[in-house]
Amino acid sequence: MLEIKELRAGYGEAEILKGISLTVKPGEIHGIMGPNGHGKSTMSKILIGHPAYTVTGGGVTFNGKNLLEMPPEKRALEGMFLAYQYPVEIPGVNNAEFLRMAYNEKRKHEKLEPVDPLDFDELLNAKMKFLNMDSRFKERAVNEGFSGGEKKKNEILQMALLEPKVAILDEIDSGLDIDALKVVAEGVNKLAGPGNSLLIITHYPRILQYIKPHHVHVLIRGNIVRSGGMDLAEELETTGYDSYLKGK
Amino acid sequence: MAGQDKKQDISELTKREYKYGFTTDIEADVLPKGLNEGTVRAIGAKKNEPDYMLEFRLAAYRQWLTMKHPDWAHLKIEPIDFQDITYYSAPKKQEKLQSIDEVPPEILKTFEKLGIPLMEQKRLSNVAVDAVFDSVSVATTHQKKLAKQGIIFCSISEALRTHPELVKKYLGSVVPITDNFYAALNSAVFSDGSFVYIPPDTKCPMELSTYFRINTEGAGQFERTLIICDKNSSVSYIEGCTAPSFDTRQLHAAIVELVALDNADIKYSTVQNWFAGDPETGKGGIYNFVVKRGKCLGVNSKISWTQIETGSAITWKYPSCVLVGDGSQGEFYSVALTTGHQQADTGTRMIHIGKNTRSVIISKGISADVASNAYRGLVKVASVAEGARNYTQCDSMLVGDKCSAHTFPYIEVGNENAQVEHEASTSKISEEQLLYFQQRGIGKEEAIRTILNGFCKDVFNQLPMEFAVEAQKLLALKLEHSVG
Repeated sequence: MLEIKELRAGYGEAEILKGISLTVKPGEIHGIMGPNGHGKSTMSKILIGHPAYTVTGGGVTFNGKNLLEMPPEKRALEGMFLAYQYPVEIPGVNNAEFLRMAYNEKRKHEKLEPVDPLDFDELLNAKMKFLNMDSRFKERAVNEGFSGGEKKKNEILQMALLEPKVAILDEIDSGLDIDALKVVAEGVNKLAGPGNSLLIITHYPRILQYIKPHHVHVLIRGNIVRSGGMDLAEELETTGYDSYLKGK
Repeated sequence: MAGQDKKQDISELTKREYKYGFTTDIEADVLPKGLNEGTVRAIGAKKNEPDYMLEFRLAAYRQWLTMKHPDWAHLKIEPIDFQDITYYSAPKKQEKLQSIDEVPPEILKTFEKLGIPLMEQKRLSNVAVDAVFDSVSVATTHQKKLAKQGIIFCSISEALRTHPELVKKYLGSVVPITDNFYAALNSAVFSDGSFVYIPPDTKCPMELSTYFRINTEGAGQFERTLIICDKNSSVSYIEGCTAPSFDTRQLHAAIVELVALDNADIKYSTVQNWFAGDPETGKGGIYNFVVKRGKCLGVNSKISWTQIETGSAITWKYPSCVLVGDGSQGEFYSVALTTGHQQADTGTRMIHIGKNTRSVIISKGISADVASNAYRGLVKVASVAEGARNYTQCDSMLVGDKCSAHTFPYIEVGNENAQVEHEASTSKISEEQLLYFQQRGIGKEEAIRTILNGFCKDVFNQLPMEFAVEAQKLLALKLEHSVG
């Protein structure tokens, strides 16, 4: 589904990713772990097409297509989703309208009729109930004045609506207390299925107890230095990243 | 990669076309360039005006000679040669037109192309239009229907002759000839404009509208609008403007005067899209220097200005309200967009004189490319204005990092019971916001449109429905390529 090959990329002059390769198959959950500043978030930004980041080598194939050639909105419509670590606030734009706009863009892409506000409202209510969300979310401006936990829930709500093929969850547990984390993780688990894949980017192994990955990768200094299963995450829980950072 | 994309987007902007930049080839009756007492007399004579008008004009002209061009605005204005302007240009015609069918077909086509059909069968059914082409009004629709209710809607030249008592009483009563440099100039040379009178106890059954079109190169447009709303009456009035794309500057110096008597309600909306000049070089475009003022003379009267300013090389105007009647209300809702090399210094003045007068100011300035956008507003509460209240909200949005926004609020409160509130904010459309939309499958253009609509919502809500849609489209079109 998603095939990253020898990917090199950076920001300005600095090369941050130094030849990453990763294959994600349908239904798989991958955990990408590593300390801050070693390229985890850069990887997610490259995948969604952030204009400030530059690819210097390698390639990414998504559903057999060259992902890197697509503009960001095309990548999204093809099924690439990023749940932001820091969701962006958009003052003045109503959250429900924003969600409907995104939903209808996807329908348009699939050559389906757009959904009118009333039908969409029903759909949205159902998804929000499923994520245990307050209906006030609909009335507010996109992410504006949301608490950290509310913003994260809003990200998962969008994921639930858009049903992406590959969802990248960037530090989805940061800023969440344990109850909110459980709700979010439960939501994500319900959304995971045989047809879609998850990339869970995290500094701490905690989230991986709630969303169990099939594969775990350790990203240090722009390289995947080790891959394994759930046991690797458990090992990191006790040892931390120190041993990886010392050895060059 | 990213840097290149941005540059490409900005260069796209220079290719952006001004949709209304065409000229109409029609024989015109044009006065030679230049301004002297003879010019003023010639305009009066051409229009066959009564003597009282000529006296008004000459007094204004003599006043103008003693005045200096104002320089206090936050604007870079090239010196204007007032002798290099044509003060009168009108489509040639022999006699006064009896009906719209007599309007030259080229002109009808021009207005149709602009989306303002004047012909009986195609006319906008719920909007009466006075069409002003260069210096004169060429057609006014729905006149007879309105006359049945006693509503007078005609060109000001016509009103000078047919309703001298109203014109004498109110012309210059809100904006006196001595008011400022451009008020004096306009009073001396104004060639046409619209006149509206709503009799007592009448709610005008349709929107009234004037559409201004500058056609002749080098012609200035100096029109004059006078709207009087008598007791317990209401009217909603819309003004639209376009001009061809010429390399030379053109001057548009209009005066709009509104008078609201007891319990009267006037709503005045403007969608201004004059030619802004070349977006890359800044050459050409309209200098839009307009004096707009309303007087709430009666008790509980209300005047509301809504403006969407998207065009012109320079926009310099402050639609204002003088709140004389007790309990009267003034409102100002504005979106001013500047892109390319455009400059705007706009805002309002709310002068509270009556007791319990209220005013609201909502101003949204959007600036892109290398444009400059200034809000300037005065809230003045006289010592006798017991219980006066004002709320001002002034927001600026910057698109890109070479543009600028400035806010100049002036507050003068002479009564200790007055309540004056001022809120201001500045924001930017960021790359991160656009990417967030894109990451959800929504294209950049749609994202910009959505963010802008959100930003301008409070103002758009004030516009008559179909004009709100137009205004939204216009903004999106203007900014399409400005966000990198």
